This record gives sequence, C-alpha cells and structure tokens, in this order.
Amino acid sequence: MTNSINEFDEADLFFVIGSNTTAQHPLIGSRIINAVERGAKLILFDPREIPLAQFATLHLKQTFGTDVALVNGIMNIIIQEDLYDKPYVQARTEGFEELKTMVARYTPKVVEQITGIRSSELYRAAVMYAQADKAMIVYAMGITQHVTGTDNVKTLANLAMLTGHVGRPSTGVNPLRGQNNVQGACDMGGLPGVFTGYQRVNDPATVKKFEDAWGVSGLNPKPGLTITGMMNAAHQGTLKGLYIMGENPLMSDPDLTHVEHALSNLDFLVVQDIFLTETAALADVVLPAAAFAEKQGTYSNTERRVQLAQCAVSPPGQAKADWEIITALCRRLGMKCDYACTEDIMREINALTPSYGGITYERLSSGYGLQWPCPNDTHPGTVFLHRDQFTKGKGSFLPCEFKPAAEIPDDEYDFTLTTGRIYYQYHTGTMSRRVDLLEREAPEPLLEINPEDAKKLGIRSNDVVEVESRRGSMRIKAEVTTRVPKRVLFTTFHFKESQVNRLTNSACDPVAEIPELKGCSVKIRRCS
Amino acid sequence: MARIPTICPFCGCGCSFYLIVKDGRVTGVEPSPDNPVNKGMLCAKGWNSYEFIQSPERLTTPLIRKNGEFAEASWDEALDLVVSRLTGIRDASGPESLGFLCSAKVSNEENYLFMKMARAAFKSNNVDHCARL
Ligand code: SF4
Repeated sequence: MTNSINEFDEADLFFVIGSNTTAQHPLIGSRIINAVERGAKLILFDPREIPLAQFATLHLKQTFGTDVALVNGIMNIIIQEDLYDKPYVQARTEGFEELKTMVARYTPKVVEQITGIRSSELYRAAVMYAQADKAMIVYAMGITQHVTGTDNVKTLANLAMLTGHVGRPSTGVNPLRGQNNVQGACDMGGLPGVFTGYQRVNDPATVKKFEDAWGVSGLNPKPGLTITGMMNAAHQGTLKGLYIMGENPLMSDPDLTHVEHALSNLDFLVVQDIFLTETAALADVVLPAAAFAEKQGTYSNTERRVQLAQCAVSPPGQAKADWEIITALCRRLGMKCDYACTEDIMREINALTPSYGGITYERLSSGYGLQWPCPNDTHPGTVFLHRDQFTKGKGSFLPCEFKPAAEIPDDEYDFTLTTGRIYYQYHTGTMSRRVDLLEREAPEPLLEINPEDAKKLGIRSNDVVEVESRRGSMRIKAEVTTRVPKRVLFTTFHFKESQVNRLTNSACDPVAEIPELKGCSVKIRRCS
Repeated sequence: MARIPTICPFCGCGCSFYLIVKDGRVTGVEPSPDNPVNKGMLCAKGWNSYEFIQSPERLTTPLIRKNGEFAEASWDEALDLVVSRLTGIRDASGPESLGFLCSAKVSNEENYLFMKMARAAFKSNNVDHCARL
C-alpha cells in the first residue's frame, strides 16, 4: 500500500475495486464501514453483491474483465469535464498528452458497450472521485488475477495521479495483500529477479555487494522463472528438482491437472510444511515445520509495517522452525551459516537492504512495528509513499488499451466462473479448516448461481451440479442467490472436496505472469 | 500463565495479539489494545487462530518416500538426502533445473534465508512464491 491502515479513518472517499474487503481483510473492511458511517463516500466496483455493497454510495457492476475500459472511461470524463488536478499533473507527472489522447477513445458510450455500466453512473463515479479531497483507491486480487493484471494496476495509478490523489495522507493506490507475509516474502527477494528490497539480480554492483556479504562468487545474474514458468518447465522436464516451503500449489494454483502432472514429473520434490497438504502428499521428502506461535520472527503487513512475533510454545514432536531447517541445510552445503537466532538474520537483512536498514529487533520489541522505508536506526519509518516525488522523480502516465479476458463465454461454455474467498475460511483451508468454529460456520463449498439462470436449468439450492471448463470439472452444491449477476458463477478455493482450480485458467498476464484466476468460461448442469 | 505477543497468521492486515499460554499450551488470544492496526479488535479468524497449531494432524517427524510410501526418518537422514539429491540434480543438469518456492506464510528472516540458499548455494534464481497468484 502507498498509504496506511489508519489513514482510512480520515479519507473522504473510497474507490474499492476487485476487493471483497469484509471477507478477505475484515479489519480493513470494518474501517471502511466505520468511515462510511461518519459520512465518507464509497464507490464500489464489483460484479457481485458483496457485503460492502450495502454501504456503497454507488455500486457499479462491471462485466468481468473490463476494468481497464472502465477506468479509462472515468479518466476521459475527468479530463473532458476539466476535473483533473492541473497543478499536480504539471509539476509531478509526465505523459499527460498521451494519456489524454488514448482515453479520449473511451467515451461513455464505448465504455457502456464494453462494461455494461450506464453513462450516467460512470459520470457520477468520475465526478465523485475527482472532486473528493482525500480519496483512496483500494484493490486486491480482483484487479491483479487477470491476463491484464499489470494494465489494471497501471490504469488505477494513472487515475490517482491524474486527480492528485497520491502522495498525501488518506489518498493513494492501496493493494491489500492477501496473506500475512506476502509483502515480506516480496521484500525479502522471494521473486525471480530481485534480492531483498527489490535490488536486481542482474545489476553488477548489486551482485558484487551480495557476493561479498555472503562470501560466495559467481551468483547467477539471470532472473529466474516464476511459479508459472517453473510449473511449465517441470511439465516439460527441464525443471527436475523443486523445494516448496509453506505453500500448497496443488490447491491454490490454476489448472490443477497441469500442476499435478508437473509435480509428478519432477525427479525430486521437497515440501516443508506444518501439515501433510495436498502438495506434500506428492513429495519425496517432507520436512515438519514449526507454526507461527512456535518461533520468533518478523512479518510485514499490507501497509509495509514490519512487526515482531515471539515464540509462545514448542513445536510438536521433532518439528523445527523453517529458519533452523534452512540453516542446517546451508551448513551441509558448505555455506557459512552461524545464526544463533532470527535476530542474527535480521542484522544481515538490515545491512543489505536499504529500506529495512533501521528495522531492528531492539526497536521492534518496544513499539508497534516500523513501516519501511526505514533506512537507519533513527528513522521513524514511512507512513505513506511518494510524498514529494515518485521513486523515479516524475510520475509517468502509462496509458493502457482495453484487452479482453483470455476466455469469453461462447455457445458451449456459456458461463463465467469467478473465484474468491469467504469470511470464515482462508486460502487452501489447511489452517482454517482445522478450527472448529470456522468449520462450523462454513463447512462446505457452495456455488453461487443467479435465480434466473437456475430456473432455466432446473437447479434449486442444495442441488448438486457439475461445472466443467476446458481443463477440468467438479461437483458442488448450488446456492441460488442474487449475489451473482446472470451468467456468472462464484465459488471459493478453500475446499478440497470441490477443487475449483481444476477448472481455472492458467493463462497469464504477460508481464507479471499472474494467472487469470478471476474468470474462466464453464458450462453447468444439474446432476441427476 | 504467560502473554506472548504475536501477529495473526491469516490475512495481510497484520493484526497483533497476545497468545495466552498455560502449561506449555496456547489456551486463548487477547487482542493488543493499543496497536494502531487493530486497536483491540480481531475478526473471527484472528480470535480462532491458535486452534490449528494443536491439531493432531500436525507433521511431527521428517518423512521420506520409500517404495511409494512415506516412512518416518531422522533429521540427519532427511537433510542428507535433500542435499545429495538437489546437488546431484544441479551438477547433472545445471542450477536452472532447480526451483525454490518461498512462502507468504513464513517470517521475513526465513524467506531471506531460503532465497539466500537458492541463489548462493545452488546458484538458481528460480525463486518465487504464490503471492503473484
Ligand atoms: S484478525 Fe482477521 S483481519 Fe486481522 S489479520 Fe487476522 S484474519 Fe486479518
């Protein structure tokens, strides 16, 4: 997030798109609801009737996968009506003319055809956002899990810059991170092309710095493969060994049949986890890990706040903390690895990572965490980014054209299936399904279908239906509800009984290689 | 009874709370009242975040597949096997034939160390995690 969770309390307007906030980020969802109750406005863009819809000033239900056209249309209105922040655009940005020319093609009429949103409503949204004093854009995986994920994100950044809603308190572009340490895993170099703090593996000076610090030579300067790339390489037999720590791709990734084949094709698979997950069941070696309460360590939340968790109890049996397991492996591999505790590791991170330079255990033990960038011991941390300038000086507008989703419903596969999470369950269910209360509240997977579609197909609530895509099929109980619009089906990926990711599409965004989990074309029938 | 500060293991809000520990077991949670993130509140997941760690289904020993079945193994046996197989693959097919998936669930220190092992010991940059998903 460019801004912080506390800034939700002061915002005048929320522009929420692709986030079912009360289900996935409940405590941020309640901040939004509280803010609306004190008078802030909420513009919600979501094809489904999610809980936040009850609080929305305006709820626009765009057709699946049309966000770029939608936001371009909003920018076009803002420019045509002269509602953009001219001093800001002049002083802090570049590329305005290109943006203006491109979005001019997204007239309200064109946008209505693509997105299904009426011009009058598009106008209202555009004017409300542009005229708000402090407006926050909030998004989650509904924006990123598309073949146009990168374009979606760039387009939202264009909108924020155009209106000057960035670099001030209670503004900005705020992606909500799904898991407790997604932010940290990225910050720590858990990506193919970067070391910690997004320092590039192909930059010679950076490589030298890490070689010196780690006492090694010959670090590989070529960015590696993404998960999607690794699965394809395993499928083709060029990736032969895979080590998975605390992930369950055999539930969470798209096109599970492909993933299953890829993992089975490996010569050697190691899985380190706290349970024997679907993925671990395929492994050659399974290493038992400690859970969060059984070790010390830091986690970075969605607002870049690094917080320290202490060890409360011992792990069961012979399970060990992940860092202890990796340390033992590194020693066997002949690396110098004499960490006595996680604080020793953090010291090394501090020394190698400018944005984490001042984030020490000493400081974390007393306060409420520190938000990076925090370059040195006396720096207070950074509540919001881009205050005086963008990282690269001026902010560039990066206009994007609308491109359709990878699969568009046709005569045979005539529904769009979209996936997400629900309040009482979490991710692939390995943790939440082992909590009685959560399991009692949401014990089984349900497929949401609109009453009109259900009637046509003779489907009633609790009927078992079969849903099939070009890649796979599943059986699941139907829930007839107006939460979903016509021709759209919704379910979650928490339940192994109905693995929706057998059906989902692994078609990817070409830049970020994020798969289009948010929509694929399917057909549905009632099982007799 | 002890109160140990921790961070919620579920979503990215990063709510903080205390684990209440009695006789070596977690018996409950207490949200941190002053923390700027959650200000004394938690959602249903946070309130129930400790139960799964006590599940009888937790993995408690290393497992090695032998003749298609998992067999319990010692740490030494399991780690030696991991090292010999991964270095064997690297030596035979090159560092790019190895992949490493980090985790959006483990700590910063652990992700750092894992990526360091992949890049420094195996010279493989095939390092990623499912957050891009
Ligand atoms: S308590 Fe709920 S809102 Fe807070 S981090 Fe945990 S899952 Fe997220």
